[in-house]
Amino acid sequence: MTGSVSPAAAPPASLARRAAAALYRHPRAQLAGLLAAPLGWLLLAYLGSLALFLVTSFWRVDSFSGNLITEPTLGNYQEIATQEIYRTIAIRTVGMAALVTVTDIVLALPIAFYMAKLASTRTRGIMVVSILLPLWSGYLVKVYAWRLILSEGGILNAALQPVGLKGPGYSEAAVWLVESYLWLPYMIIPVFAGLERIPGSLLEASADLGGRAGMTARRVILPLALPAIAAGSIFTFSLTLGDYITPTLVSNTRFIGNVVYDFVGIAGNQPLAAAYAMVPVTIMLVFLLVARRLGAFEAL
Amino acid sequence: MTLPRGIRIALRIASGLLLAFIYVPIGIIVLYSFNAARVATWPITSFTLDWYGRAIGDGGVRAALLASLQAAIGATVVSLLLGSLIALAVQRYRFFGREAISFVVVLPLALPGIVTGIALNTAFRAIGLEFGLLTIIVGHATFCVVVIYNNVVARLRRTSRSFEEASADLGADTFATFRRVTFPAVRTALIAGALLAFALSFDEIIVTNFTSGASIQTLPLWIFSNYQRPNQLPLVNVAAVLVLLLSIVPVYLASRLTADPAAVAGART
Repeated sequence: MTGSVSPAAAPPASLARRAAAALYRHPRAQLAGLLAAPLGWLLLAYLGSLALFLVTSFWRVDSFSGNLITEPTLGNYQEIATQEIYRTIAIRTVGMAALVTVTDIVLALPIAFYMAKLASTRTRGIMVVSILLPLWSGYLVKVYAWRLILSEGGILNAALQPVGLKGPGYSEAAVWLVESYLWLPYMIIPVFAGLERIPGSLLEASADLGGRAGMTARRVILPLALPAIAAGSIFTFSLTLGDYITPTLVSNTRFIGNVVYDFVGIAGNQPLAAAYAMVPVTIMLVFLLVARRLGAFEAL
Repeated sequence: MTLPRGIRIALRIASGLLLAFIYVPIGIIVLYSFNAARVATWPITSFTLDWYGRAIGDGGVRAALLASLQAAIGATVVSLLLGSLIALAVQRYRFFGREAISFVVVLPLALPGIVTGIALNTAFRAIGLEFGLLTIIVGHATFCVVVIYNNVVARLRRTSRSFEEASADLGADTFATFRRVTFPAVRTALIAGALLAFALSFDEIIVTNFTSGASIQTLPLWIFSNYQRPNQLPLVNVAAVLVLLLSIVPVYLASRLTADPAAVAGART
């Protein structure tokens, strides 16, 4: 570089140029400019709503006028804690979320391992895309497709008839099947990414030391894949906890989401809905804390 | 890796079966949309294209399709703007509360959708905002921001700061550097993020159900309110395929744009 391009050769300072210079000298102002709009949005639209939602759970609806009474009360929480039905539904929902999570772990591990360690680069690329496409799209469409498949005259019963079996129809088993189906890609992708990071040399070392496939899977792969499994579980668990569409379409059973939905829609009781929705929120917060300890956040 | 042949073959078969399991229901709904019969029995005996014509002629479906497109485009524009601004701030600056911001951005994905749904519903009622297209867009944008944010952050992380410094050394001011260096570097990440946000918004129902009100119906909401009506069944099937197409095609394009498939994977998380 020669000195021929000196600051003096710069064009006369226009307004934009002066503003740019001022911004350069004040990085804080730059930062403020970048963050003003998004932070305003997040604080007002999202965190504000969440805060109001939390506060609402301590209000109540006047049973005669239907008006909101903003005097703080623990009545909603009391009602949820004491009524048998709400406890049953909460336990059922958490049980379903756990069952779906375990199912998805079991289903995801073989295919994720195949993709990460056995498939050719080309096959792996195709498989990743084929799992990402349904992960991103068509949630309601997939539930609806299962409604048709599981119906009385549907394809599942038609396929099982020759062997004398019947599908689950619209039932809790159907909810388990459909939720496991819906959230499976959310488990496969992080587990695949986690397994891909395990160096092949570790698996070879295990084999050299006499570890058979089963032993290597249990003692080497599983512990190393645990953060990734925990990361996938955040999604399968949270998504099952809050789903009210699937139970509505493929069962007659009510889960937390259905009750909350009915509180808002049919009963118009926002405070009670908010209080009951605190159940999945609390569970998810605890779940996130545990997952974080397992290193899930680094595996995301 | 050395694995016994039997295990290799078993893993390959298991993977194939699982992919089939993922795609068969999607294929079945596409088949049913061509089913000539009004009821969804199996096997399908005759096929027709008629329902597509009927669906396009149906005022309800057309209005819902239009509403969905408007909502998805609106949510994409809002989240493009907000998501990329946050990404630039978080990735290029060190400041107090940085971690907190990146946590809050991701929160709408970690919390069950129903929570976001009622929280927004309560807030809209409290401030007296009329439910309609605007409230749908606000709802969708809250969870679409994270998609843009993740895509742009991932790209910025891989783009060295020294390009921007070199640009400044060569006399470009802040704006010129953004226009000629930073923006071109993140352009495909922005497009991919926008496509994913569009797809996410287009088939959303859990939050939309709480933020739409009675005056407007997106296509998923139209399906949700018609799936139990026997005479609407063929149209619901067609609407389902439309939703599927308009969400799966953008995702596919996005995956082609980000050469590194893991970038799309990371986008969700």
